[in-house]
Amino acid sequence: MEAVLLGMVLMLSIFLGFELIFKVPATLHTPLMSGANAISGITIVGALISAGAELGMAATLLGSLAVMFATINVVGGYLVTNRMLSMFKKKDSGQPGGKA
Amino acid sequence: MSIELINIWYIVAAALFIFGLKQLGSPATAVRGNMLSSLGMVIAIAVTLFNAEIISFQWILAAAAVGAIIGYVAAQKIAMTSMPEMVALFNGSGGIASLFVGWAALYNVGNTTFTDITIIISILIGGLTFTGSILAWGKLSEVMTSRAIVFGAQRFFNAALLIALVGCSVMFCLDPSTTSPYLYAIIALSFLFGVMAVLPIGGADMPVVISLLNSYSGLAACAAGFAINNNILIVAGSMVGAAGIILTNIMCKAMNRSLANVLFSGFGAVKEATKVEGEVKPISAEDAGLILEAAQSVTFVPGYGMAVAQAQHVVRELGELLEENGAEVTYAIHPVAGRMPGHMNVLLAEANVPYDQLIEMDDINPRIDNIDVAVVIGANDVVNPAARTDENSPIHGMPIINVDQARTVFVLKRSMASGFSGADNPLFFGENTRMLFGDAKESLSKVISDFK
Repeated sequence: MEAVLLGMVLMLSIFLGFELIFKVPATLHTPLMSGANAISGITIVGALISAGAELGMAATLLGSLAVMFATINVVGGYLVTNRMLSMFKKKDSGQPGGKA
Repeated sequence: MSIELINIWYIVAAALFIFGLKQLGSPATAVRGNMLSSLGMVIAIAVTLFNAEIISFQWILAAAAVGAIIGYVAAQKIAMTSMPEMVALFNGSGGIASLFVGWAALYNVGNTTFTDITIIISILIGGLTFTGSILAWGKLSEVMTSRAIVFGAQRFFNAALLIALVGCSVMFCLDPSTTSPYLYAIIALSFLFGVMAVLPIGGADMPVVISLLNSYSGLAACAAGFAINNNILIVAGSMVGAAGIILTNIMCKAMNRSLANVLFSGFGAVKEATKVEGEVKPISAEDAGLILEAAQSVTFVPGYGMAVAQAQHVVRELGELLEENGAEVTYAIHPVAGRMPGHMNVLLAEANVPYDQLIEMDDINPRIDNIDVAVVIGANDVVNPAARTDENSPIHGMPIINVDQARTVFVLKRSMASGFSGADNPLFFGENTRMLFGDAKESLSKVISDFK
């Protein structure tokens, strides 16, 4: 039953993902990608449990490696996305010349 | 904190991811969207630390500190032109993280066969995402050749690889253990598979590959979620997976090629394009400046060459001068211009071009015949009219920006070399085309200094 429920969650979130992403304009595709990449760092949640649960040295090591890589994703992903997005500016109306 | 309470917080985190992605839909709200999404991540991580299963923290702290420093430094230092390489590496690190999560989940007690299968899937996708991304990085940063590498028995080899992978996976699930030789075989084979998958893909097809690897890094997290029975991984992972698939699809459509065609064959020399003959008409920077001065509407069409020449800042400078001169200035951007989706937009945004001047292909084409001057900077295939007219061209059918229909076209180019597809470009011989040879940045600087 558990598997069926998880499958249900999976299906709904895929549909939701499609709906959300279709509306993103081409201009923002790079930040969308790095932002999505940061979200895929969510795997850190699983990594934290493995690294801290003391299921033996091997599991701890694997978990810690996972924590490290996932943290790179999360921290790097969000920061770089923020850096990119803050560069996107609308034309300020005071500028002379052409229309917006 | 009880598991129920943690799960409630996970719902909050998922809602923040959803709102965050939704707000990424417009440049005006995107910064806030990214903040919301990161807040969701902070909540998810924080409540996980209260999970009763976590007993010791020293490993977590050390690993997280190292990861945070690497991520921080990378995010601050990276140049905007190198963004595709950066995203490729981040995809890879997400993939390998999910591989380790899956692997570590094998040490949990009481795994069902279903769990074992999902563990294998997360290892498999994670592994191929990792090596595939490293290879994509190598091609993008030109550490290795960015050309498609194709060898004779490639398809046969890949099929054998796939069969071996499935075989090992079945054998492993029949008798799962952390010391099973099949486990190591699966990890090694998935690494090899990632390499084999990206090898035959050439430089200009990179937008497709990066999107696809992005999708895989999400799917790997999703599979890891099944392996450890965690909803938030499944929700967030599958949304990322969906995002990557959509981008992949958009990129393929923009090249008029199927995903299978991109993945399995470089640009084949199947068809011999009709030879284009004619005379090219070079123009000096001075004359180009004079024509631009008289123009009422100018559109810049950037391509990967603009990134290579780092010309985005001079482009913006020229654009501003022309605006002050009374011309309407736009920037027309093809969906696959550059090495990743949206690459050109980010570069121009970095150079302070307002985003409302960035126009998509479908919006510029209907009014391109009203444009006085189209300035093509380091783009080739995406403005090649042969895609429209020559059925024998390898890029026939690909939607292009119809710059040849503008009143005048300037093409900034270093030499007469053809684009990535190897197709001749009749645009260069067009009646209304003037070639401005030389480094794009230098040529534009010259135009600007004449203009002043």
